[in-house]
Amino acid sequence: MSDCESLERQILDAVASAADDAALEQVRVAALGKKGSISELLKTLGGMTPDQRKENGPKFNGLRDRVTIAITERRSALAAAALDAKLAFERIDVTLPVRPESRGTIHPVSQVTDEIIAIFADLGFAVAEGPDVEFDDYNFTKLNTPPDHPARQMQDTFYVNPQADGASHVLRTQTSAVQVRTMLVQKPPIRIIAPGRTYRCDSDATHSPMFHQVEGLVVDESTHLGHLKWVLEEFSKAFFEIDHVELRARPSYFPFTEPSLEWDIRCDRSGGQIKFGVGEDWLEVFGSGMVNPKVLENCGIDPTKYQGYAFGGGIDRMAMLKYGIPDIRSFFESDLRWLKAYGFSALALPTLDGGL
Amino acid sequence: MKFPLSWLRDYLETDADAGAIADKLTDIGLEVEGIENPGAKLAGFTVAKILSADQHPNADRLHLCMVDDGSGTPLQVVCGAPNARAGIKVVLAKPGLKIPATGDVLKIGAIRGVESRGMMCSERELELSDEHNGIIELPDDAKIGAPAVEALHLSDAIIDINITPNRGDCCSVYGVARDLAAAGMGKLKAPAIEPIRGKFKSPKTVSLDFPVGKEAACPLFAGRFIRGVKNGPSPVIVQEQLKAIGMRPISALVDVSNLISHAFGRPLHVFDASKLKGNVSARLARDGEKLLALDGKAYALDAETIVIADEEKAQSIAGVMGGEETGCQSDTVDVFLESALFDPVLIARTGRKLGLLSDARYRFERGVDPAFVIPGIELATRLILEWCGGEPSELAIAGEAPMQDKTIAFSADIVKRFGGLDVAESEIVRILTALGFAVEGQGRLIVTPPSWRSDVEGEADLVEEVVRIYGLSQVPSVPMERPHAIARPVLTPAQKRVRLARRSIASRGYLETVSFSFIARKAAALFGGGDDTRQLANPIAADLDALRPTPLPSLLAAAMRNATRGANDFALFEIGAGFKSGVPGEQTSIAAGIRVGLGARCWTKDSHPADFFDVKADVLAVLESVQGSPMNAPMKPKASPWYHPGRSAVLALGKTVIAEFGELHPAILAAFDLKLPVAAFELYLDALPEAKHKAKSAFAPSPYQAVERDFAFVAETKVTVDDILRAVKNAERNLIESASLFDVYEGKGVPEGRKSLAISVRLQPKDKTLTDAEIEAVGQKIVAAVAKATGATLRA
Repeated sequence: MSDCESLERQILDAVASAADDAALEQVRVAALGKKGSISELLKTLGGMTPDQRKENGPKFNGLRDRVTIAITERRSALAAAALDAKLAFERIDVTLPVRPESRGTIHPVSQVTDEIIAIFADLGFAVAEGPDVEFDDYNFTKLNTPPDHPARQMQDTFYVNPQADGASHVLRTQTSAVQVRTMLVQKPPIRIIAPGRTYRCDSDATHSPMFHQVEGLVVDESTHLGHLKWVLEEFSKAFFEIDHVELRARPSYFPFTEPSLEWDIRCDRSGGQIKFGVGEDWLEVFGSGMVNPKVLENCGIDPTKYQGYAFGGGIDRMAMLKYGIPDIRSFFESDLRWLKAYGFSALALPTLDGGL
Repeated sequence: MKFPLSWLRDYLETDADAGAIADKLTDIGLEVEGIENPGAKLAGFTVAKILSADQHPNADRLHLCMVDDGSGTPLQVVCGAPNARAGIKVVLAKPGLKIPATGDVLKIGAIRGVESRGMMCSERELELSDEHNGIIELPDDAKIGAPAVEALHLSDAIIDINITPNRGDCCSVYGVARDLAAAGMGKLKAPAIEPIRGKFKSPKTVSLDFPVGKEAACPLFAGRFIRGVKNGPSPVIVQEQLKAIGMRPISALVDVSNLISHAFGRPLHVFDASKLKGNVSARLARDGEKLLALDGKAYALDAETIVIADEEKAQSIAGVMGGEETGCQSDTVDVFLESALFDPVLIARTGRKLGLLSDARYRFERGVDPAFVIPGIELATRLILEWCGGEPSELAIAGEAPMQDKTIAFSADIVKRFGGLDVAESEIVRILTALGFAVEGQGRLIVTPPSWRSDVEGEADLVEEVVRIYGLSQVPSVPMERPHAIARPVLTPAQKRVRLARRSIASRGYLETVSFSFIARKAAALFGGGDDTRQLANPIAADLDALRPTPLPSLLAAAMRNATRGANDFALFEIGAGFKSGVPGEQTSIAAGIRVGLGARCWTKDSHPADFFDVKADVLAVLESVQGSPMNAPMKPKASPWYHPGRSAVLALGKTVIAEFGELHPAILAAFDLKLPVAAFELYLDALPEAKHKAKSAFAPSPYQAVERDFAFVAETKVTVDDILRAVKNAERNLIESASLFDVYEGKGVPEGRKSLAISVRLQPKDKTLTDAEIEAVGQKIVAAVAKATGATLRA
């Protein structure tokens, strides 16, 4: 074995056995430092004959390169090992809880209102609004319910104390008041829905003194009961996300519509859960009718030229049916547990393409 | 309204069973709310006859009876009823039957050592009434062995229907039969009502005493005197009819008016004539006049109340309830019958004012048949004569029924135009005729409603009549036209704002609530409300009597309830109306939220009590999502008085307040019994400016290096960060992209009354790279600007 080869063996052994950066540096200095063994060897090239240089040059340079690489590699290996050791030391308990953050929710009434809006918007219904405190005239009289009309007894009305001018206003008993407001300012064709809070002096397991209704109104020159039926059927399918519904119309009475109809949906409540489109039960879902010509006239629309239909339903009730919420009063109690149980994610905005 | 099927069959000839009739009723708008079958639980109980009733050998009070149940072999039954005796017909339960009142299944047993193979039942045991003084005694003609339900007249289904307020004509069994007949459910059996010939002139005259202009209160009043009657129970069949609809039979003279009211919708009143002084009149009550009514209560009347009066005083609240003093008793000998027409509006008003519900009021306010005033009194006379004997007078009549001159021009094609339904003209005519309408003409029909349909006023009503009888199920489903092939957006900017606000607040961890718009007055007063004009006149509860000025108190009340249940770290919000007055339209849409609690305990020690900066962050973030860009409105300290005066702020554009937020005033927390810290916000959604849709310039980031420089200023404590940042930004608007505060220090090293504010400024050149000298120059400008605006100096 030549000296050169044994030197290489010796240095590479030292590199391999260097336990840390400092030991490796010592090896490097000893080999490649100014006075290192390889440096010394390379210096001897200067005093050699061209032939000797030709022979030893590549040999010595090769030696230097291999040692340099070995040292670099060893350094990386040592660094990697050191990092591994450090990371092993830095281990945490990954089951520790995260920093506290609360998850907000959307109330079922808001969510269902957005669902209803999404469906009707597709059919070109705008969203109309009116105040909670309403003129008696808009809530009743213009809707063909004069002061002593027996229909006023159907609804127990909240009255606000008389105002400075002596006028006494009501908390609207129905979103139908928004029909009046809409027709007073808009000429046909009209397509609106009016979701909102409504109030009646009534409180028991199935009634709350405040609840929510959505009203629909279509006025043009030709709309009729057949269109009304279609809209309610299509709405019910979209809202309950089922392919088939069966609606049954019953003649009824509302002062502001003539003819007046109530709509029941076929359902099955036998298994504790409600299923639509099947079963032997009928559940009332909408009141409706053709807008009474007197109402059109009261609102400045010519009943000989225009006709329309109106419908209404309970938003809370629809939410109860769709999401299996048992008690309407619980909607308004603001119990955290309830809000978390029945609330919706803020990002779950209902859309027709993504589902309602 | 309830009626037994057999009663309906008195007026309707039909083979249809209860189910088919019920379905048809619902179809034509007389919604069936229930069908009761009171006899269902008595299946298996039979009619039997007691053959012998001997003393029980071992018990004084018991009878040992032999009973014929029709099987041919007499049964031995031990019975304790005092009325158990030979010869009577009884209701027998045999072993194996369940006794309704106890739910026990009857077994063959031994009573005091003697075998008993059945049980004879009392009304209470069958749950027919509370009667338990003895066993039921059936009429003699009851057939032995036949089902007891037949003998008890309980085989009838009882149908309960909901009458809408427009259908006064259906507030009677006959009216329902008439509607069903028109709908093809059978043939109407109209009763033949013959006038009764009077034997003498009524000793009491009737008159209408109304001031000029008020005559419409009572256009027609018919009276009749019947002398020499003998009051007693009404016929059993009538008693059973009344019981079936939940009425208590009283006596023939009382039952007769109840019967006619429910059978024909014609309220009548029968006075004990001996108690009426002189002649009878209908008039308006005198202010202050009082009357003791048949319900035993005294009512104070006013000049809008119609009364029937004798020459002394009011004796009956007309159309609502009779007077106690003149009511018929068992010893009544002479009666005076009243049948009249009253203004529905006045009757409704009176009933409402007095809080008096009665069968008469129910019918009058819905409108009775004006043509049935006279037939009604004739029918009542005939029944009284039949049941109680006596001699009738001639009728005494004042006034007359209003003319029926209402005709409606009705073009047959309107059924199609309104109802979307193809109904042949001949069918339209047939339906209207069957309902009692007179129809003339062709194509353009002239229709006269019958006297009992005061609700029918125009073409639309006639369409309803045709479609409800023809069948709503026939209405086809017709697609509406889409206004645009692809739907356009419909929400207004304000509606979009509300939706964005709601979802962005929820995304910050708030739970959305919906609470009543009315709260306790005391709570409203704490938030600037609680005045008289925002009070409800008829609240549902004493603590829900005030329109709320803001949703905040509702949230705090909810926080208190949840805290009571142990919750100690949560956030709630509501978007709802805040009422500025009790006038329509004077309400604003407010998004209010509260963060409550000390912060969830956490091992990272990151949490903190709800504070001003939590809600400030919420408000700014929500405004940014609602507006589409950060809100630059200036922030001023001190919000409304319900906030902490030093830890709250107002965000306003000019004079328009957009938001108020901060920690709540301790007095408010105390008022709501809240022990936890609360930070709150109120966002006035209606006050927000409309988001601007400016065309955005193209994105063109500067290619030159941005530079960040930090400055520490020492300023007087009263100087706000906002003052300093504004001064910084204004120092070199073209270069300074942003300036932000990253530290505040007060204490050692900073003089008393001063604070140190560390600010980072980012310079972004747009056309060249900045040199050190240029950066230095900007720095000096910044220091000078801040010093000028706030007096602050660079920290040494």
